[in-house]
Amino acid sequence: MAGMAISLTVNGQARSLDVEPDTPLLWAIRETLGLTGTKFGCGIAYCGACTVHINGKAERSCSIPVSAVDGASVTTIEGLAAGGALNRVQQAWLDQQVPQCGYCQSGMIMAVSALLAERPQATDADIDAAITNICRCGTFARIRKAIHGLTEQGGA
Amino acid sequence: MGKWTRRAFIGTGALVGGGLVLGVAGATFAPTRHGLRSEDSEKSGELTTWILVTPDNIVTVLIPHCEMGQGAQTALAMMAAEEMDADWNLVRVKEAPALDAYANAYIVRAFVNDVPGPFERGFDYGTYRLARWFGLQVTGGSMSVRGTGHHGMRIAGAAAREMLLAAAAAQFGVKTSDLSVANSRVSHAGSNRSATFGELANAATRQPVPTHPAVKDPRSYTLRRKPRQRLDIRSKVDGSAIYGIDFTMPDLLHAAVEIAPVFGGKLVSVDSAAAEKMPGVKRVVRLDEAVAVVADTYWRARVALATLKPQFDDAGHGGVSTATIFEAFDKSLGAAPDMPAAATTVIKADYKIPFLPHATMEPMACTARVTGDRAEVWAGTQDPLNARKTAADALEFSPEQVQYTNLALGGGFGRKLPGLLDFVGMSARIAKAMSPAPVKMIWTRENDMQHDYYRPAAMARFAGALDGSGAPLAVRSSYAGGGDSESVFMPYAIADKKFSARDAKHPIRTGPWRSVLNSQHGFFKESFIDEMAHEAGKDPFAFRRDLMSEHPRFKAVLERVAAMAGWGQPLPAREGRGIAITESFGSIVGEVAHVSVSRDGVLKVVRVCAAVDCGDVVNTDTATAQVEGGIMFGLSAALLGAITIANGGVVESNFNDYRTLTLVDAPTVDVDFVMSGAHPGGLGEPAVPPIAAAVTNAIFAATGIRVRELPIKDAKLAATT
Repeated sequence: MAGMAISLTVNGQARSLDVEPDTPLLWAIRETLGLTGTKFGCGIAYCGACTVHINGKAERSCSIPVSAVDGASVTTIEGLAAGGALNRVQQAWLDQQVPQCGYCQSGMIMAVSALLAERPQATDADIDAAITNICRCGTFARIRKAIHGLTEQGGA
Repeated sequence: MGKWTRRAFIGTGALVGGGLVLGVAGATFAPTRHGLRSEDSEKSGELTTWILVTPDNIVTVLIPHCEMGQGAQTALAMMAAEEMDADWNLVRVKEAPALDAYANAYIVRAFVNDVPGPFERGFDYGTYRLARWFGLQVTGGSMSVRGTGHHGMRIAGAAAREMLLAAAAAQFGVKTSDLSVANSRVSHAGSNRSATFGELANAATRQPVPTHPAVKDPRSYTLRRKPRQRLDIRSKVDGSAIYGIDFTMPDLLHAAVEIAPVFGGKLVSVDSAAAEKMPGVKRVVRLDEAVAVVADTYWRARVALATLKPQFDDAGHGGVSTATIFEAFDKSLGAAPDMPAAATTVIKADYKIPFLPHATMEPMACTARVTGDRAEVWAGTQDPLNARKTAADALEFSPEQVQYTNLALGGGFGRKLPGLLDFVGMSARIAKAMSPAPVKMIWTRENDMQHDYYRPAAMARFAGALDGSGAPLAVRSSYAGGGDSESVFMPYAIADKKFSARDAKHPIRTGPWRSVLNSQHGFFKESFIDEMAHEAGKDPFAFRRDLMSEHPRFKAVLERVAAMAGWGQPLPAREGRGIAITESFGSIVGEVAHVSVSRDGVLKVVRVCAAVDCGDVVNTDTATAQVEGGIMFGLSAALLGAITIANGGVVESNFNDYRTLTLVDAPTVDVDFVMSGAHPGGLGEPAVPPIAAAVTNAIFAATGIRVRELPIKDAKLAATT
């Protein structure tokens, strides 16, 4: 379709993306790979709904061209629950009943799990600096509470 | 496409086989409900079909309301299951399909609490017929629990229980009065026999539907009034929930659009030759008010769209701006209202609030396929039947020619209510041009931000009078931008209260925004009563409380929230508490905001306390979440939210210039419920209206600066000495 295919690992599986190299990773994930848990919110890397892990770091996939992830390892929300068992962040979200509409929560969970992987004892200042995702339902109080529960356990 | 009868729906998927279909007993002229097809439902007078029990002992509750995070589907299922004495672990929820039979009329009951017994059936039947006529299957107005739940689900659950009991009595050869029900099992203690709902389901379908089943005394509730996990949350933490924007199907094409920037504007011309040669592009589709590029992938459609240079007219509105709109408001309000001659002190104040977008996290998205004289449509909306009608109107079809499937909503807040589903109609028109290919249209955030139905900008002009002792004699206002008797209501014992609507027309599209007119008037009236309290030299809490003798529910809520917040306890310099209270959608909410303002003017909302009287609470956890969310939603707007109009269009385009609240600025929120036992009130919206005034009143307490225009970010709060 567009010449050179991009090779990368998505949720542990080798995948190939035969799309124009300037296609944002978000749309390749959603349409080409059919993984719709990663959401489109703003298209300008502002709201965080499209957050995925690229080589372990939280990144906003709406503004990263696929050409920049050749050879990279990408994890989406679908890849967090190994074998169907929720990971600790997802379980904390369920326990605290964080989501309302839920549309931003894939991105929130990806951002938080990357933060806790890097800083298991993240402080409130760390949380404020790292979790800048937008939620319009207003789930912030529960998000902070869920993260606090995880930092007390020693991170993700 | 098949025939969309009720039976066809029930007979599919997990619900196959011997389902017990119970109707709502309150239905007029509905002898039985089970086994009816939707095409003869009108003749039968049947209302709806909500509760199914299958041989696998699963109770499935069909909910005629969408789920957008407010927890209504879980709450309504709890209301039905409570009356049935069903095992909550064996209860499932399914959203009712977009069929006339599921038009929800019980929401009308939220406004008409006291229908005399003999007229109940006729009333409910009449409103149902009206709801069907209008294609109404709406989720809004904070009405799911207080309308459909209280007047429908409870009764349906109780009727189901009686039918299961009757079936068991017949099977065991005993009297129903000797049977007991618990955890989806009917037992006869005398003979030590029992049967599950699933075992009784088939026989129960042959029982007549009781028209007036006995509902429980709330004191005997075992399922309700407790925190229950929402049934949709798991799918929202693992990425599996399918929202409107996520829908896909084989051979799907994708559309990106550019819409006339000025409201009412039309497409004049567009040169599409180059775009149509770009990779993957199928066609450039010209619509009256927009141009669409349809391609094999969404990104290719976007890339091609960006090369188009469409020309739109401005419908004669190119000179409209925020300034011209407020100048017209100001003129329409005229002089400040007259005050009585006996007044010792007269105070006057103007308040202004901007247009606001809904800015749901999911931008508008819709998939449609037009095949001959049929169409299929998929989206997430607050009204499936209206979505079906909107698509049908756009295609010049009858609603029966359209099959509409509702998917999860990435936020609603009023944007996806009936009459506002412009994106569904647009998607249908694009799909018609591409027939028979299915097309998914996704709006960009810029499309969404600039083509909303905005919370109306508004302005109010108040005057108030105090006597020599500081007692209020009069409060009067005139306002532009909309209002009604609920939103302007002040619960204070002031002899002379008068609120007059004025208006000045403008071409900006407006619509209901979470809490509708109450978001404007909550700020206006609770700011002005605070100003009167200060003018009278009284504490703002005590001033309000002392005027609430006629409204004990208000007084109880006000006192509760003041106690929660430690009202009156000393605070450091440049910190303050502000209080506000409003009633909307049948619920009274009092809020206290605690703020700090640094010497250089940086505002921090530290904590918000809310006391809520919504009568009763179904699911305590989701009820709390709705109050938390309502406060954050209202706070985001109060602090940061403004849509600016210039040259007839919207200036803001995305979240970088329309800022919203994020975690760093989100306060701690404490919520408590006053269980008054009053008729149930709504919860999706009522926490929004008080927050703006609670915060600006707190800013006044902290700094002496009175903020009369929103958003607060534009106010100068720095210390001057």
